[in-house]
Parts: sequence; structure tokens; C-alpha cells
Amino acid sequence: MKLTLKIWRQDSAKTKGKLETYNLSDVSEDMSFLEMLDMLNEELATKGERVVEFDHDCREGICGQCSLVINGQAHGHESHYTTCQTHMRSFKDGETIFIEPFRAKAFPVIRDLKVDRSSMDRIIQAGGYISAFTGMAPEANSIPIHHNIAESAFDSAACIGCGACIATCKNSSAALFMSAKVAHLAKLPQGQVERLERVAWMVNAHDDEGFGSCTNTGACAMVCPQEVQLLDITRMNYEYNRSLCVTN
Amino acid sequence: MALNAKTPKGPLKDKWQNYLDNTNIVNPANRKKIDIIVVGSGLSGGGAAATLAELGYNVKNFYFQDSARRAHSVAAQGGVNAAKNYKNDGDNIYRMFYDTIKGGDYRSRESNVYRMAQLSVDLIDHMTAQGVPFGREYSGYLSNRSFGGVLVSRTFYARGQTGQQLLMATYQALMKQVKVGNLTEYKRHEVLDYVIIDGKARGVIVRDLVTGKIERHSAHAVVLGTGGFGKIFYLSTLAMNSNGSATWRAHKKGAYFANPSWTQIHPTALPQAGEHQSKLTLMSESLRNDGRIWVPKKKDDDRKPGDIPDEDRDYYLERRYPAFGNLVPRDVASRAAKERMDAGHGVGSLKNAVYLDFKTAIATYGKDTIKERYGNLFTMYKKITGIDAYSEPMKISPAAHFSMGGLWVDYELGTTIPGLYAVGEANFADHGANRLGANSLLQASVDGNFVLPNTISNYLSNEIRTGKISTDSPEFEEAEKTVTDQVEKLLAIKGTMPVDQIHRRLGKIMFKEVAMSRNEKGMKWAIDEIKKLRKEFWENAAIPGDDKGPNSELEKAGRLADYLEIAELMTVDALDRKESCGAHFREEYQTEDGEAVRDDKNYMYSAAWEWQGGKDWKLHKEQLEFNDIEVKTRSYK
Repeated sequence: MKLTLKIWRQDSAKTKGKLETYNLSDVSEDMSFLEMLDMLNEELATKGERVVEFDHDCREGICGQCSLVINGQAHGHESHYTTCQTHMRSFKDGETIFIEPFRAKAFPVIRDLKVDRSSMDRIIQAGGYISAFTGMAPEANSIPIHHNIAESAFDSAACIGCGACIATCKNSSAALFMSAKVAHLAKLPQGQVERLERVAWMVNAHDDEGFGSCTNTGACAMVCPQEVQLLDITRMNYEYNRSLCVTN
Repeated sequence: MALNAKTPKGPLKDKWQNYLDNTNIVNPANRKKIDIIVVGSGLSGGGAAATLAELGYNVKNFYFQDSARRAHSVAAQGGVNAAKNYKNDGDNIYRMFYDTIKGGDYRSRESNVYRMAQLSVDLIDHMTAQGVPFGREYSGYLSNRSFGGVLVSRTFYARGQTGQQLLMATYQALMKQVKVGNLTEYKRHEVLDYVIIDGKARGVIVRDLVTGKIERHSAHAVVLGTGGFGKIFYLSTLAMNSNGSATWRAHKKGAYFANPSWTQIHPTALPQAGEHQSKLTLMSESLRNDGRIWVPKKKDDDRKPGDIPDEDRDYYLERRYPAFGNLVPRDVASRAAKERMDAGHGVGSLKNAVYLDFKTAIATYGKDTIKERYGNLFTMYKKITGIDAYSEPMKISPAAHFSMGGLWVDYELGTTIPGLYAVGEANFADHGANRLGANSLLQASVDGNFVLPNTISNYLSNEIRTGKISTDSPEFEEAEKTVTDQVEKLLAIKGTMPVDQIHRRLGKIMFKEVAMSRNEKGMKWAIDEIKKLRKEFWENAAIPGDDKGPNSELEKAGRLADYLEIAELMTVDALDRKESCGAHFREEYQTEDGEAVRDDKNYMYSAAWEWQGGKDWKLHKEQLEFNDIEVKTRSYK
């Protein structure tokens, strides 16, 4: 198939970027979206032109490193897919495809389609952990956890930290990402000791990083590759209010 | 230099305790005076970095991804083994040790394997305390599943994302240490060389992948948790950026490389669909519990699978291995698939796959049951191929997966360079010639969290008076020059052949001759081809852009330059070993019906190769002794 690509090119966070046009022919339907970009980059490299920089690693939907806004949608038009799982068979011959980076104030562009998502790491640093150092642990079966609670904790823990929820949110809020971690740890008995401080610290860090507020549109849950539930945001709000009530 | 494995004295079960009883430790007040560089943020590197920081050392953690949570440990699906014996099914530490040694075809070190089995118990406790949502019974207690090559249920799991969940626990522990201030992260930094001063590892030269700047960093010890090099085959189950450069460049500075040719080829990955394919996604081994593997009996049979009647199908695993059938170990299943494809019975447009068919299972148990067991895998298959595997068989194919070989390490996980350590897949230690499923997450985590932090102190106890190490020395100068020279040399090639295309060609050579089945003639051909390709790379690689900022083609080129050397050593190693063992199958050494023939008399050793400045490698043999297990022949007939 033949494609026209409109790709965001930007040298660094300090310079302005713009959409450049590229034409690509002989694209196979079996290619993944990133393999299509590989093909473009090989053509550019052969001509000695600087390639399009984009983030990617595992290419099986679990590492969370690939990003991209494709035709205006984070990770493309298929719900709950990552960009690397998107295949060319879901595009039409002759189509024009717009490819842009994940956009948010807290995600400065590094180059082209690569952005810096360190702000998400800093939310986790603020409290998204259980402080059980190596060597401290009691026997695993001394903490029984109901099957359903463990499964529910897993649903939240499954977040791959890609940032699509933030890129798709009109407020650039990281509420879904943050709430997944708050919910994961609040559901488990191991997470109880630090429960009150954790949520307050994380929410403060979230605001300090320049992420926007959540207005519950639910767009985030529509794109989340791991289908993290909107309910986790409600859980986080509950945890936050509880924290304020108990600690103040 | 003679190899000294430093195995502690005493009976096998007491060795680790004896080691801990006699090792030197560092006073907590002195730990702040010690800098440690840890490369990699996965289960081994990240586990080591977090634990060392918790102990109070100054830790600098380098990795090339954009976050520590991306390390490739994240992709492991099935589980992590531990000898907890929660099932009361006769499991214990010795049995786990036994299964691992046997699974590795008697080519691993007894003392290391036993320690891994011992510490598996602590690891599950640790990960549970960290909040890993392991699968649970309705009673609330931890659940287990079975895995290949064993008779007990000892695999702990978090759905099909166990690696991700263990990595999240490790990542969170790292983030805690960043907050506390014991650990500094250097993300998007790639280690390109090592600094050796007076024979000791004293630092690294790194490239900041955002600014392009080359930086010097010093430390009292360096730990590599940089994973395996299976991506050398280009098409593999590994992440695109996984590479062998960190270990290889350590090798070129004096660290011996052990058993480099032992690569696990996983039998159930998705086949290549075209020339532009970049990655082969793994489908969990568990599918072989209910799926039947077959190919058409007739060569080049173009009928649709549903139109081929049973009498025209060859269920070759059931035919060759009636006892284990579709559940033979990974190396055996992969080799058998290759044999059928080579004989012209492969399926799919590129004739590079075999069928994995659930028709019988669906007829027996019903579609709902199969959906409940494997639903997520069928969904994943559909996402990638667009095919509904409930109505037609999956097409699967063998793919490069795990490096059993790696840097040679002693019992303390020290390489042959004092002060340089290797943990997890980066070392060669525990899996022998074939790794058992669910032992990879285990080894990485145990090395990082429990072994290395206890052994490195023995070395660091002599470093408390060293003081800060200056980066302003001739050794740092020289190492930095090596790196900048290489970057300049790469950018000066200005050829027309994209790096990935050269990598694909290297992958084809390696997969043809140095993968599932090897012979002398083919490997000699491979060495010639590798050398030719290396020459072509340095003459005609297309590496556009500059070194002043992000340049993914430059990064890939540096890694490929190393792969083109690693490939040669892999082949040299496979040529040297004139026997078949585990994943290493030499066609010259097989029984009449195509089974592996080991030569314990001459090859009961680990091959540790010494770099000699680019001329032939020097072989050092670590003889393996088995005092606590009877050495037998593996059979799955």
C-alpha cells in the first residue's frame, strides 16, 4: 500500500517543530506501525538524511516505551492497543497519516516523536512504593489475601506507564496513571502502613509536575492499553480525602 | 590467568552459610564513602542497585531506556520458580537444584545452582512484601502452576505478566532510593567502555543519549545487569534495544566470556511475516498443554489447514517422542520444528512455521474452557496476526530467546576483572546448556537482591581507605578516547546500507548455522560470512546525523559493531565443543534417531574465552564436578 505521512519533526525542546510530509510505497499490511516507521527510516538513512526519532523497545505491548499520537489518537485508533501492537492492515491504501508525539506540559519533546516522561517517575518516587527493604520480609503465606482482592490489585498494577492516558486527556492529567498505583497498593494488606501518606505525597507531586486536574471525562480509560478502570480515580479521591480527614 | 570459582568449603547445603559466616562486611558508617556503579535497571541490575542503596552505599544507576520500568525483565510472562513446597507435592531445595542441573544438561556449577534454589524461598517472601499481586487461591494463600521439565508445581505467577509485576516491585524500590537520596539515576545513558586502574574496575565511560555528550564516572566497583544478547539474531523475542555491548566491551577489557554459543531458541513464537519484521512475539509455552503441533505430510501442501485431513497430517512431536509428546523441553521442540521445515514441510507464505492446533482440545473440552485457559493469548495472537485461532490453527515458529552464556563469574559473581561483577542474564552462571522455564526471573532477582549485595562487600571492605576516585587520570583519558574515536569512525563511514539491513543479514547467518543445529562445515562458512559482513559494515554502513544529540542510528551501529564480533566468538565456541548438550546440538554428535550425544569425558567444562586484542581467543576451561547428583542422559522418548 501507498501512504502519505505527516510527521512531527522537532530538533529539541528549545526549538520549534513542524509537520513534514513523506511518501511511502510498498508498505505491507502485515507490518506493524513501528515497522512501517523502520521502513521510512531505512529510506532516509540510505539517502543520508537524519531519521525520525521515536521511542520503542519491547514491541509487544508491555514495556510502555512506545508512544505516538496517530491521527489525533494516543496509540492510534484501536482502543486498548499500544502503538507497537497497531498493524498496517487497519489503515487504507492511499491514506494520509498524521504522526505526532505525546503532548503535555509535563512531557517536553526530546527530539521528533521522543518525549521526556520523567515526570511520571517522580510521581512514583513521591510515594508509589512499599518500603520493604531486601531482607525484611515475613514468610509470604503469613499474609493471606483473598483471591478477588489480589486479582483486583493486579488490574491496577497492570499499568505499563506509557502515558497515553495523559496524552489523550484534555487537561493533561495523570490521574489514571497515579490512581492505578494508589489503588494497587491501597488494596493490599502490605500497603496499609504507608497508605495515608502515600496518596497525599503522590497527588502533591502530580500537581508540582504541571499535570492538569482530572475532570472525569473518562477519555483516559478509553485508550489505556491495560484497561485500567476509571474507578481507580474514584478510589484515589477516596484515599486522598480519607488521608486529609485522618491526618489533619 | 587460571580460573578460580571460589566455591566455599563444606557440604553443598552449607556452602552459602559458610560463605556468609566468613565473608568481610563494610561498617555502615563507611558505606557512604563507597561509590558503586550499577548498569541496567532490570531485575538483576535494578535489584542490586536498590538493595545496595538500602544498605547505604552511594549508587549510580545507568540505563539506556527512558525509565527504569522499561527494562526487558518486564516482558517475561509465565512465572518465577521457588522451592516453597506450598503444594506439599514433594518439592524441596534439592529437587529444584536437581531439576535445574538436569535441565541444563549437566553443564552448570553445582554450588551456584544450589544457592539459587535456596534463595528462591526468600525471593517470594521479598516480592510479596513489596506488593507483587501474585495469583492466589480462594483461601488467600499463594497459588502455583506447573512448568516444563519438572514434576512438581513450584511456579509463582501474576497472570501472564509475572516479569512486569516483579519489575514494578524492583522499580518502586529504586524510586524510593532516589527519593531518599542514596541512588542517582542516569536514564538514557549508554555505557560504552570501562576504566581499569591498577587492574581494578574503577569507572565507566557513557554517552548521554539526549545530549550526545561523552561522560566519565568513577566508582569503587562496577556491576553489570545488562541482560542477554539474543538480539544478535535480529529476529528474536527480545526488545529492540536489548544488546550485548555492555558485556562485550567488558570482555574486551579483560573479562572472560563463557559459553557464548548457548542460546535458547524458544519453540512457540510467532513466525516472521515479511522482510520488514523486527520482532518475534513469544506465545507462552503453556499453550503446548492443549495444542497439538503438526505439519502436512506432503511437501508444499498448499491446502488450507482445515482442508487437510488427519491422515495427511504429521504430528511429529507425538510421533518422535511418544512419552512427552507436545511437552518435550524447549530445545527438543525447536529442533524438531526446524527439521520438518528444512525437509520442506513448513507452512505459511514463507514456509517458516508449523501449526499449533486446538481443534482436538476444543472438541474435547469446549471452546469456553479453552477460552478460560488461554483467552488472553488468543487475543494477543489476533491483535498481531488478525487471525482467530479458535477457528484455524496458530502458526508458530522457533525464535531466539535467552543467552545461557555470558560473562564468566565466580561464586561471588565477580568477573575476571577485580571489582567488575555480572548479575542475571549477563553472567553465565546457573542454567548450563539449557534454561528451564521460570528460572530466568528467579536467577536475575536472586543475583541482584540477595547474592551480589552480600558478596560485593567482601571486595569493598578493602576499599574503605581508597577515597574518592578521580576521573582525571590517564586511564579515564584513554578509555574516553576509545569511545570518541569509535563514534567519529562510525559517523565517517557515510555509506548507503542501513544498519538494520546489515543486522538482518547477520541474523540470517547466525540463525542458519549457529542456532538450533550446528555443523563444522556450516560454521566455518559462517565465520567467513561474518568477517565479510563486518568489513562491509565498516565500509558501507549508512549512519546519518551527528553525535550532538539523539541519534538512534548511531546507537544501533555501535551495538551492531559489537554483534559482528560476538557472532564470531559464538561460532568459535560452538566449533570448539565437539559434543551435543542442551541447546548446543552438533549434527556430527547425534544418535541414529537424531538425539543429542554428550561427551562427558572431554567436555564436562565451561568454556571461558579470553580476548587477545582481536586475534583468536584463548580458551580457559572450568572443569565441572558433580558430587551431589548422578550424571545421566536426558531422554524424552
